[in-house]
Amino acid sequence: MLWDALTLQLGYNATLVAVGATLLGVSAGVTGTFLFLRKRALVSDAISHATLPGVCLAFMALVALGGDGRNLIGLLAGSAVSAWVGLLCMNWLTRHTRLAEDAAIGAVLSVFFGLGIVLLTMIQTMGVGRQAGLEGFLLGSTAGMLWADALIIAGGGAATLLLVLILRRPMLQVAFDPEYAAARGLPVNRIDLAMMGLVMAVTVVGLKIVGLILIVALLIIPPVTARFWSDRSDHVVLLAGLAGGAAGYLGAALSASAPNLPTGPIIVLVSFGFFALSMLLAPARGVMAAVLRHLRFQRRVHIRQGLLALAQGQKIYEPLTLRLLRRADIVRADGVATEAGKARAAKALRDEKRWEIVRADQAHEATAALYDGLRDIETVLTRDQIAEIDRRIGGPQGVSA
Amino acid sequence: MTLELASVQGVQVEDTGIDTSPLAIRGLTVSYGQKPAVFSVDMTAQPGAMTAIIGPNGAGKSTLLKAALGIVKPLSGQVTVFGAPLEQQRARIAYVPQRSSVDWDFPTRVLDVVLMGLSRELGLLGRIRARHTARAMDCLHRVGMRDFADRQIGQLSGGQQQRVFLARALAQDADLYLLDEPFAGVDAATEKAIIAVLKSLKEAGKTVITVHHDLATVTDYFDHVFLINTRKVAEGPVAQAFTAETLQSAYGGRLATAQIDQISRALG
Repeated sequence: MLWDALTLQLGYNATLVAVGATLLGVSAGVTGTFLFLRKRALVSDAISHATLPGVCLAFMALVALGGDGRNLIGLLAGSAVSAWVGLLCMNWLTRHTRLAEDAAIGAVLSVFFGLGIVLLTMIQTMGVGRQAGLEGFLLGSTAGMLWADALIIAGGGAATLLLVLILRRPMLQVAFDPEYAAARGLPVNRIDLAMMGLVMAVTVVGLKIVGLILIVALLIIPPVTARFWSDRSDHVVLLAGLAGGAAGYLGAALSASAPNLPTGPIIVLVSFGFFALSMLLAPARGVMAAVLRHLRFQRRVHIRQGLLALAQGQKIYEPLTLRLLRRADIVRADGVATEAGKARAAKALRDEKRWEIVRADQAHEATAALYDGLRDIETVLTRDQIAEIDRRIGGPQGVSA
Repeated sequence: MTLELASVQGVQVEDTGIDTSPLAIRGLTVSYGQKPAVFSVDMTAQPGAMTAIIGPNGAGKSTLLKAALGIVKPLSGQVTVFGAPLEQQRARIAYVPQRSSVDWDFPTRVLDVVLMGLSRELGLLGRIRARHTARAMDCLHRVGMRDFADRQIGQLSGGQQQRVFLARALAQDADLYLLDEPFAGVDAATEKAIIAVLKSLKEAGKTVITVHHDLATVTDYFDHVFLINTRKVAEGPVAQAFTAETLQSAYGGRLATAQIDQISRALG
């Protein structure tokens, strides 16, 4: 069943949902990265909650105009307007009052959402038929997704990605160093607003699939996941798009493979799965890598200290050091250094002296920055450079390097 | 000139025409809340000079610089750059902000930061070509950071981070360089590297204006000073404007007499 879902063989609706969710995941991941790098991730939560009154008012307006109120474009347009108003309120609060952004987010989020719920309740008592669809915007509802809905998601997602492509450089500059960006003449406030506008577009487009409560997860989790894998912002952007798209596709397939699995929440959980895996397994920034690095580093420090102690004829008491030295065949079981061990100890001491010279010399600055007390000097300097340093140290020459 | 006069009007030792000055500020007032940080300040930078903006903590040195660049919005006053409004001259100004103003865990490499200095040339969609990279590498070389191009910026020491910021400004190839405390908390190697670059800029006819906090090095590094304590205290060549009187007037009781004596002696 899952295989059928993954290969898009579960019928028309499931295929539409999977394609839509993938596109939404990509655009949310990519757009969310800029928000995350600007350290304003939670703004998206306020934006998304601020869509609700707009949806309700648009529904009421559509009904008043004599329709059945289920025109998706009309509802999304309404949600965009009220999200924009919420965004402007938040901007105004942070810029013209002493409220910090987190407080402004809290205020806007709760007030707009509260208003939205009031309107939603009013609609339910209005007695207009077919209003039930509106709750779907809270957590997404994919059951009755239409071709037209998928087209809206695809079009909106593609437009967002295009705008991100155009605005990526200014947005990154503002995220990294807003003061410098302002000094270059970039309109920082307008770039921030544009970024929020893109987030709003993703939110509105995603209302149908994941709903306004959970869209924040699709905007934030993929960038955070991607950050574990790369130290380059352009790569983080692409990886976040990939993680978001994969989560959308897998999540949609999973929810289609069994009855009563809600699409939006499943997508969010899959996305979290990627995050958890990345947090544990990522090579440089992951938790396991950090633990391994620490253990390996500790071992190297012990061996190095043991070698230096041997070279200087000091007694070693630390049990871990002794154990490691024995395992490396540097000392025999009775604690006496082997021939190979003696040679390594002498070299370690010599390397210390060489490093001392390197670190005192401005010309070797980049090399000196690599000093950690452990590194073999021949891994960072050429044979000639080492010979030159040895000449400066004086004493016996030709110690193997 | 008496002390009162100096503090009220500022010592105006020389004056280039406003219409040609690399940076001319008139009546600039900046206020955070009700208390002005910079009050009605005039400044006329000398072309091709190295000017230190000095003054006690909280005297508005950085604020003056940021207002001159339009980063903070002044209450009043006007700024012209090479005789034209600031907005028309952005391309000719390079700014080196304080190191603490950014998050150094940001996912970006040293080279990428320097390439930001080329953003005007690159435009929105222009591809980064070999010549752009070569220019960025050259700027890194000038600050002695070429070997660090591929490192994540968070792996650098404070002084190295400062030099990367300077390299980014160099990449702009500007005519006016504004630096905010580039020597704050950096190692001696960095200080030497930065001052060498600034002097080479001066030799190339560029104008350098630096917020500076170390009074002991003013005479070695700079040829002009601008003393500020919310209001302008003095402005002009070091020999005339950086004196015991002007310092006393700028720092009030905050500068030990011994320090002033020492500086006076250094000045002869």
